[in-house]
Amino acid sequence: MSKTLFDKIWDQHVVDTIKEGPQVLYIDKHLIHEVTSPQAFNELKERSIPIFRPNQIVATADHNTPTINQHLPIKDKLSKNQLEQLSKNCFDNNITLYELGHKYNGIVHVMAPELGITQPGLTMVCGDSHTSTHGAFGAIAFGIGTSQVAQVFASQCLLLKKPKSLRVTVNGKLKKGVLPKDVILYIISKLGTNSGTGYFCEYAGNVFEDMSMEGRMTVCNMSIEMGARGGMIAPDETTFNYIKDRQFAPKGTDFDKKVSYWKTLPSDIDAVFDQEYIFDADDIGPMVTYGTNPGMGIKITETIPKENNSSFKKSLEYMNFEAGSSLIDQRINYVFIGSCTNSRIEDFRVAANFIKGKQKADNVTAWLVPGSKQVETQIIEEGLKEIFENAGFELRQPGCSACLAMNDDKIPKGEYCVSTSNRNFEGRQGQGSRTILASPLVAAATAVEGKIIDITKHLN
Amino acid sequence: MEKFIKIISKAIPLAIENVDTDQIIPARFLKATDKKGFGDNVFRDWRFDKNGNTNLEFSLNNDLYSGSILIAGDNFGCGSSREHAAWALVGYGFKVIVSSFFADIFKGNALNNGLLPLQVSPSFLAVLMKTVKEKPETKIEVDLENQTISLSDINVSETFEIDAYKKTCMINGYDDIDYLLSKKEMIEAFESLRN
Repeated sequence: MSKTLFDKIWDQHVVDTIKEGPQVLYIDKHLIHEVTSPQAFNELKERSIPIFRPNQIVATADHNTPTINQHLPIKDKLSKNQLEQLSKNCFDNNITLYELGHKYNGIVHVMAPELGITQPGLTMVCGDSHTSTHGAFGAIAFGIGTSQVAQVFASQCLLLKKPKSLRVTVNGKLKKGVLPKDVILYIISKLGTNSGTGYFCEYAGNVFEDMSMEGRMTVCNMSIEMGARGGMIAPDETTFNYIKDRQFAPKGTDFDKKVSYWKTLPSDIDAVFDQEYIFDADDIGPMVTYGTNPGMGIKITETIPKENNSSFKKSLEYMNFEAGSSLIDQRINYVFIGSCTNSRIEDFRVAANFIKGKQKADNVTAWLVPGSKQVETQIIEEGLKEIFENAGFELRQPGCSACLAMNDDKIPKGEYCVSTSNRNFEGRQGQGSRTILASPLVAAATAVEGKIIDITKHLN
Repeated sequence: MEKFIKIISKAIPLAIENVDTDQIIPARFLKATDKKGFGDNVFRDWRFDKNGNTNLEFSLNNDLYSGSILIAGDNFGCGSSREHAAWALVGYGFKVIVSSFFADIFKGNALNNGLLPLQVSPSFLAVLMKTVKEKPETKIEVDLENQTISLSDINVSETFEIDAYKKTCMINGYDDIDYLLSKKEMIEAFESLRN
């Protein structure tokens, strides 16, 4: 029988099936961080259950870490305690940890792929909904709750019902200035925030085939914003070339053997999906969001739609926007380039390329937060740091930062922030903050102009 | 986990769609390393303003409404995977959340904490919301054994779906760890077969 990419990997990981119930799914890699793991460690400790496979777990500190002066002791007592707990739990249980300051430290969904931990055909989980990022490599990767973190600790397995399959195909050639972030914001704006619920999504078509791994990660990262537990893209030469020679990638003949296996994974030509959507690359433009969920997005050249329901009105009221108006020329005082969606080297190259020789507008505070220590190093080595600093941008240290504002990187009440992150929920970037999601290019242009501009008119 | 069989309670209406887990429990409260105390901050930024003043317009602060059932708009629990959202709702005293649609991860997290995510049809949700808003004293019965939700006052009820395995867990207070540990030999055999 024909199988999808998802079917092939899922079926190979089923340990057992409960009659009329869920399946026992084996998990290859478990990524953990400081916020969603402590209660799971406690749970096992209280029940005297040992960690079953510590060598299949990798930990990092990212959500709650400062992005300045990382060498100094952390001031916030609760944050300090949470990070110390992670270090202690990992030490006690022989779990590899890339703690603050380590050369491999970074946002979990940036760090694992760049170290070659993420590979095609794996099942991967993390107590973070953006674990869908790793699906860019043709892996089954999804976010889990803390009870499930404890389950994986205890058994390296999860009890799950197999989700339905969904395929989103985009063919054609992307226009100039249209980035992977615009593609996924466009898809979510068309399908809504719950269209993917109950599904695992495969992205297909030459738009994704032509994308770099960084771009594919940006797309898969936001699958959860349309409700899908995960997103995936078939592994190909781009994938193999990215993984080759990375720290934890298989080497030599082992690598060649893996590649021949990985080549068997793409969906069979006649595989059937439970749901299919097809879009044309030509219809996609640079995007911005205007509301308080990621589905409320428009092309930068469009106007905010008019809808007559209370949730929609509540959302516009929060944003202080009017239905029917345009976001072009909207004054913006904060710009954030970072998060597990857009904090990879390619994102900073795009931003630097636009910023080079220009100056940040005086009214704007612009934070650039690399996704990992390795990205930070690359920014310096490629001379991008100089470009950013000459233009008045602030390059900070790696972490989740203002994406969820758990640390001190908060946007003040009432202020707009053009952000390359993934969620524009009320208060997401700080109490009362107003988030406009966009690509790194739109974010960079906003910082330079001090307002949202029609980027399509400013490209050479 | 506490057992869940049947409850009869008044309900609190929350007529908002796409309630995300950042609203249920904002990220700045996720610094704790245990599960306690999250109930104090459930819906924090809707219940209180930045200076800590109570927002009397918000239904949880309205003395008319009380009970362990929350009636919410479509697509409840979207966004972050934080289980802290389920802990916050349970900590506040909720045992059932009724909506016409739940986000995946939230649904699983709720079930793993003895909190029932009860999905009803949009038309039933509309009746429920209207009834509770107009007559806050209305009692709602949720019977997990028979998978029904009913308003005996107005003689309306609906059946709901729940995974048979999860239903057994809820009724008996079991969790998935117990089950998975019982499969350890099978898991080890699976591992050796793959290597």
